[in-house]
Amino acid sequence: MSKIETQKADPFLLDIKEVIRIIQEYFPKWNQPEELNLDAEAIHHIASVIKMQNEWVKQRTTSMYKDTFLFEEKIRQQPAKEVVEAFLKAWHPLTALEQVTLQSLTEALQYWATLKPLKERWPNSTVPNVEAGVATRSELINQSILRDEAFSTELESCWHQLKDKVQREGVAGKIFYMDFVGADTYEETVHRAYLTSFLVTCGYATLELVPLEEEIFIKPLDKPLTKLGQQAVSVPISLSFDDWQRWKRGRNT
Amino acid sequence: MSISKRKGIYAIKMKQAAHLLFFQRHKKPGVKGWELHKSIGSDYPKVLEILDEYLNTLGLQVKIVFEGEPTAKPTLDEFDKARFYVVLRGELQPKEPKLIGWRIDDLAGLAITIAFIISKKGQASRSEVEKLLNEKLPGWKVGLNIDRYIRYGYLQQDNEQLYLDWRTRAEVDQKVLIDALLKMGEDNKSKTDEKFTSSNETSFEEGTNADEDAAAD
Repeated sequence: MSKIETQKADPFLLDIKEVIRIIQEYFPKWNQPEELNLDAEAIHHIASVIKMQNEWVKQRTTSMYKDTFLFEEKIRQQPAKEVVEAFLKAWHPLTALEQVTLQSLTEALQYWATLKPLKERWPNSTVPNVEAGVATRSELINQSILRDEAFSTELESCWHQLKDKVQREGVAGKIFYMDFVGADTYEETVHRAYLTSFLVTCGYATLELVPLEEEIFIKPLDKPLTKLGQQAVSVPISLSFDDWQRWKRGRNT
Repeated sequence: MSISKRKGIYAIKMKQAAHLLFFQRHKKPGVKGWELHKSIGSDYPKVLEILDEYLNTLGLQVKIVFEGEPTAKPTLDEFDKARFYVVLRGELQPKEPKLIGWRIDDLAGLAITIAFIISKKGQASRSEVEKLLNEKLPGWKVGLNIDRYIRYGYLQQDNEQLYLDWRTRAEVDQKVLIDALLKMGEDNKSKTDEKFTSSNETSFEEGTNADEDAAAD
């Protein structure tokens, strides 16, 4: 009965009539409350099996229920022509027209006549034509498109900075995330946060989160750790201008 | 208001409704109830009823697809949220689909796909459908056809799962389709059964006669 209740067996495997007959037969012989309790429990389980039988019957008597296996077989066996004929009995394609009318053409012409030329509508949109050329590395650095040093070198130096800072100011080999990424200007702070995200992704450091206190620590690793085959977890860290100001005020006090 | 004046108003409203329903205004054909409400007025269900009667003579009908399960007597709010289409009232003749741009095997693929999804309680994995279609359609065509059914709005795909989309709900009477598919081949079968039964009956009668003969002896 427990198998039926956990939906591991067919609810119709149980002969309800027979079980009820047995309970009826033995019921007058019971005197002890424990025995009557067991009987009550049996009746309760029988009731739940009957409920499952009822649901099974209900589901199969709904108009849309069809046995999937039988249906698949039927579809496989029939020629395409017969399937189409069956489909045509149930298919009522909808109608829709796309047509230009004289009225819509007139309205469109009126609109065109009142439409201002692009020059008037977008007066400042003219972009000077610039000949394509070659930019030097120093020009890209001047325009802040490239940094002065290669990214990997910058990342390595950031890692060393983290290790030094943890040695000097850290506790138990870790430091507050904001104490590491925080800098004198907001721009520099964002840049350090950007580099730090790569430190964690590339396995140079790990993050430790304390959800209740909402604290984030960063911990440098002695050797870069490759995380191949491990599921990566993204940790979004908000770094707004207000956050940075609050951190800076706290540091100065 | 005199009867002739009222008739005139309804004739104008019916014409407006027909234009809204027939001419495609959005990406999808058909028109939402609230659009009809705005253009025609709150009595638009009545106007559509009259239009439906008129379209009956042309073999067309106004089809309403409600957002959820429709109640026995839908309210104006339910009508406003529903979508209205003009669809074919009767059945298409076997040669007609070609006229509306469908090849027989593409249509059979669509029929099988829709039926299969219905039998799977409204969703089936794309790979299962592809496997089923692959039995009767060339492999290169299966993927193209499913994409086409999705593009037309018969199916929608979400994470490798296929579901029925708005056009199937508007165009296909799902119960009739399932019943028709299940009845397929039964005519041939019943003919065979009849033949089998009649031949059995003959031999039984022969046997009976033989027994009677034996008894007479």
